[in-house]
Amino acid sequence: MARVVVDVMLKPEILDPAGQAVVNALPRLGVSDVASVRIGKRIEIEFAGDSEPDVERAKEIADKLLANPVIEDFTVRVEE
Amino acid sequence: MVTFPGSLDDGDAMRAIRLAGAEAVPLWHAEAKLHQVDAVVLPGGFSYGDYLRCGAIARFAPVMGLIVSAARDGMPVLGICNGFQILCEAHLLPGALVRNEHLHFRNRDQLLRVDSPDTAWTNAYTDGQEILLPVKNGEGRYVADPRTLDELSASGRIVARYLRGNPNGSLRDIAAIRNEAGTVVGIMPHPEHAVEELTGPSTDGLGFFTSLLKYLTGVPS
Repeated sequence: MARVVVDVMLKPEILDPAGQAVVNALPRLGVSDVASVRIGKRIEIEFAGDSEPDVERAKEIADKLLANPVIEDFTVRVEE
Repeated sequence: MVTFPGSLDDGDAMRAIRLAGAEAVPLWHAEAKLHQVDAVVLPGGFSYGDYLRCGAIARFAPVMGLIVSAARDGMPVLGICNGFQILCEAHLLPGALVRNEHLHFRNRDQLLRVDSPDTAWTNAYTDGQEILLPVKNGEGRYVADPRTLDELSASGRIVARYLRGNPNGSLRDIAAIRNEAGTVVGIMPHPEHAVEELTGPSTDGLGFFTSLLKYLTGVPS
């Protein structure tokens, strides 16, 4: 079944302290050349029935609930 | 007083409302009526587990639709901690509250300065009054774009700022903001935990609830 994937990321200007904590941990793995890590969310939506995935409705869901446009950007795509 | 699944501070807030001399009316999140209340408090806690984002799901609770429209018609609403997050998610207040800058949950007594004593919830205070309230949050860092911050500042809508140390990295030390009318206020620290000497670091929080009574009864502050 095709699903709609919504990726939600903090806007570039919003500080991501969780991402920074990951950067700070990487030297413990011997990785010292990572400049930045930012953490987002991936949300998979499956609509009921056999109809084609409704990208427009997924965008509406993302805009109203999945992302907060004040602090986050989102992208919506269909994954086969 | 609205209780969502996961609200924690509704009991203390009910008590604070009673101590101020008002009648506390419990409202369940799934209710489709407001039972003729004169004002609403959204309490602290972790509504709906704070899944997705703090306050994101609570915003769509049945009772919230009624509260949003009543607030737009002038009904006073106070959002404390998680309640502040819900008010931002519901677009009754601008901006958002995100993860504390240092990633730690912060739980301490916090000094604040009241900078807008002309709201329905803060008229018992004087301009610049310093008050001590408990702060306890993991996602209490207030953020908004620079234009919104400038506008809040210029229009006197920053209700309280953190003093002697910002507990979460809030932009411009913002601890509380209001809408234009001064009826809707969101605050991250907890006035309802500072209403009795036995259990609080001060009784400075009681003023939020006595302010409301003065506002509703029209007695000049």
